[in-house]
Amino acid sequence: MTSIGTGYDLSNSVFSPDGRNFQVEYAVKAVENGGTAIGIRCKDGVVLALEKLVASKLVKPGANKRIATVDRNMGVVSAGLLPDGRHFVARARDEAASWRRLYKAPIPTAALADRMGSYVQAHTLYSSVRPFGVTAILAGWDSEAEVPVDGQVGYGPASGAGGKKEGATHGGPFLYMIEPSGMYWGYYGAATGKGRQAAKSELEKLNLAAGNLTLEQGVKEAARIIYVAHEDSKDKEFELEMTWVSSLKGPTKGRHEEVPREVREEAEKWAKKSLESNGEEDEEDEEDKMEE
Amino acid sequence: MMFSLGTSIMAINFRDGVILGADSRTTTGAYIANRVTDKLTQVADTIWCCRSGSAADTQAVADIVQYHLNMYAITNNAPPNTQTAAAIFQELCYDNKDALSAGIIIAGFDHRHGGQVYSIPLGGSLHKQSYAIAGSGSTYIYGYCDANWKEGMTEEEGINFVKGALGEAIKWDGSSGGVIRMVVLTAKGAVRHLYLPDNGYTGPGSKPIS
Amino acid sequence: MNHFPEAWGRPRDDVYGAYNGAHLASGMPNQHTQSPIVTGTSVVGIKFKDGVVIAADNLASYGSLARFTDVKRLHRFNSKSVLGFGGDVSDMQYLDRLLTSLDIRENYHSADDAALSAKNLHTYLSKVMYKRRSDFNPLWNHILVAGLDTEEKPFLASVDLLGTTFSSPSLATGYGAHLAQPIMRKLVPDEEAAARLGKEEAIQAIKDCMKVLFYRDARSMDRYSIAVITKEGVDLNEDVKLENQSWAFADRIRGYGTQVN
Repeated sequence: MTSIGTGYDLSNSVFSPDGRNFQVEYAVKAVENGGTAIGIRCKDGVVLALEKLVASKLVKPGANKRIATVDRNMGVVSAGLLPDGRHFVARARDEAASWRRLYKAPIPTAALADRMGSYVQAHTLYSSVRPFGVTAILAGWDSEAEVPVDGQVGYGPASGAGGKKEGATHGGPFLYMIEPSGMYWGYYGAATGKGRQAAKSELEKLNLAAGNLTLEQGVKEAARIIYVAHEDSKDKEFELEMTWVSSLKGPTKGRHEEVPREVREEAEKWAKKSLESNGEEDEEDEEDKMEE
Repeated sequence: MMFSLGTSIMAINFRDGVILGADSRTTTGAYIANRVTDKLTQVADTIWCCRSGSAADTQAVADIVQYHLNMYAITNNAPPNTQTAAAIFQELCYDNKDALSAGIIIAGFDHRHGGQVYSIPLGGSLHKQSYAIAGSGSTYIYGYCDANWKEGMTEEEGINFVKGALGEAIKWDGSSGGVIRMVVLTAKGAVRHLYLPDNGYTGPGSKPIS
Repeated sequence: MNHFPEAWGRPRDDVYGAYNGAHLASGMPNQHTQSPIVTGTSVVGIKFKDGVVIAADNLASYGSLARFTDVKRLHRFNSKSVLGFGGDVSDMQYLDRLLTSLDIRENYHSADDAALSAKNLHTYLSKVMYKRRSDFNPLWNHILVAGLDTEEKPFLASVDLLGTTFSSPSLATGYGAHLAQPIMRKLVPDEEAAARLGKEEAIQAIKDCMKVLFYRDARSMDRYSIAVITKEGVDLNEDVKLENQSWAFADRIRGYGTQVN
């Protein structure tokens, strides 16, 4: 980076002459040091997974969860500065609650991503604040069923409403990633943190755009990808944290929940096994990536 | 001077959507302040409401809801659905129940939910219904409506049901009268209907809304 | 400009005199103690050895008008608790939304469906109700909370619009307090009796109460919701028809005293 140390990197509200906001770029650096976090959008749900690096042997295993629930049907995982991630989650919960107060219905995932994008972006504008040191991945399931107004009583016609478009589907899985600049996109698969490059190339292999991957497979792949992404920092111990949100017919009935222990351990077993058998292939991929 | 919509209003579900209906009388005491009132108010493209109670209160509430739904459509890049309208109406009517005299029926159409009818009576509770009747004239037609109601009516049957019910309400309720106005909401959009008392409520009939 | 920012941009007091704020005050205190408008009638509940049975009919009245006949007044909060609402329906809906937001907040940190017991819920509600009556703006409801307490023992308690709380092996609100309580008290005069009572007997007692209430409460109807809460969870049926009514004896009734034909 040229022009570092020329003073243009000291404040949020000052651009460098070549049009960069260094504070935001430094925030991205903070993210790049965090444990890998990924999200996979499957056809019947979304999985979030996190490589939670063990900070101390004095911390109770399995405690101190890092993936948070927002409203009932959404989850957030982030890489970077933990306290910033916490504040991000607190704000997301407030936004979801304020939507519910006005509209008496759960906030759509896209609307929450938009609001959080704006909030993060606002932290790149003022000299009195610093940008968020996190990249957050937001996963949600927007209900495919007709959602009543919160608190309403009564049902309408027993035969259902008239004039509905036949066969149309609504709602479904959504995945967004919000960066320190406030930029956000919708993704099929998203990765951030230290191992993001390895994770991204693994995600690309899954051909998620085809929309064939099931949530069950997604959980296994998510576990595997975190293990692959961990290869680079093998000296450090880590815990795999995973949550998911499924369709109303699926295992979580439209709610964002922690992946049950049996399912997670099964996925971890599968991940370790496939890692051992594919060790050589993975190395080739690493080469490919370096060329980009 | 207090203008009040001592009214007969209703909205029904039918096979292809919803129909809203209302009389056209506004009174101050026994004086008819307006004999051709339009009590059917649009708050979004295919979300309308019927107003009863204080004319000033219900107009103010409808205006605020219209504003919110406009903002919703702009900020979310998608039209609001009927639930959203019902939720905002209810919030206003419930939070300000001490100050308002408003009985509102909301009816709307969207492709996801089809036609829907919601009723918000005086206290500000929200009721989803197959069909809703409200206003002073409605008390005279509970029997008529219950006896003649059936689900999944055709548009013609629906119009005749609303016309028959409002005709009775106008006949027996001194605070209801004048013409019968209707709005039919379907996938094709909104169509207004008008039926006059001097030809036995036979016409002139429908006119699409541009 | 002086050192009172609130006065900036206003006509100067020393030139024009102090601002006359008389029109801002109505001269009367704020009034918002309403009366209920759309209302539900009684809720009845009884404890038995493994849980609680609770019921309420599906009517919302508008004065004496039976206006809404599909209003479900029993609300399942989680696998451990059900609420029964009597009184104003709009306030019931407000509380429903309040409890939804409480439930969302409680579940941020654990997926445990029943992080809050029925007892916790009753305590929370009593604070809400008492706060509102102290603001002279009560929520016009009488609520029964039925379910299991923190020790998974049957729990039944009530809270009303004043924030008054009460607990007993059987409870009823509204007309039920007059008509149903005597029937239930005969069955469970004390906690010991409730701890011996079987599930089927408890359900039968509640059904008998609903029948008496339909006979004698002019704001009731013959379709109701009933819930049984045990360790196995909540069994809620929201559309039960009142059965085994007795009307045929009307045939023997003639006149009002001495008439025989």
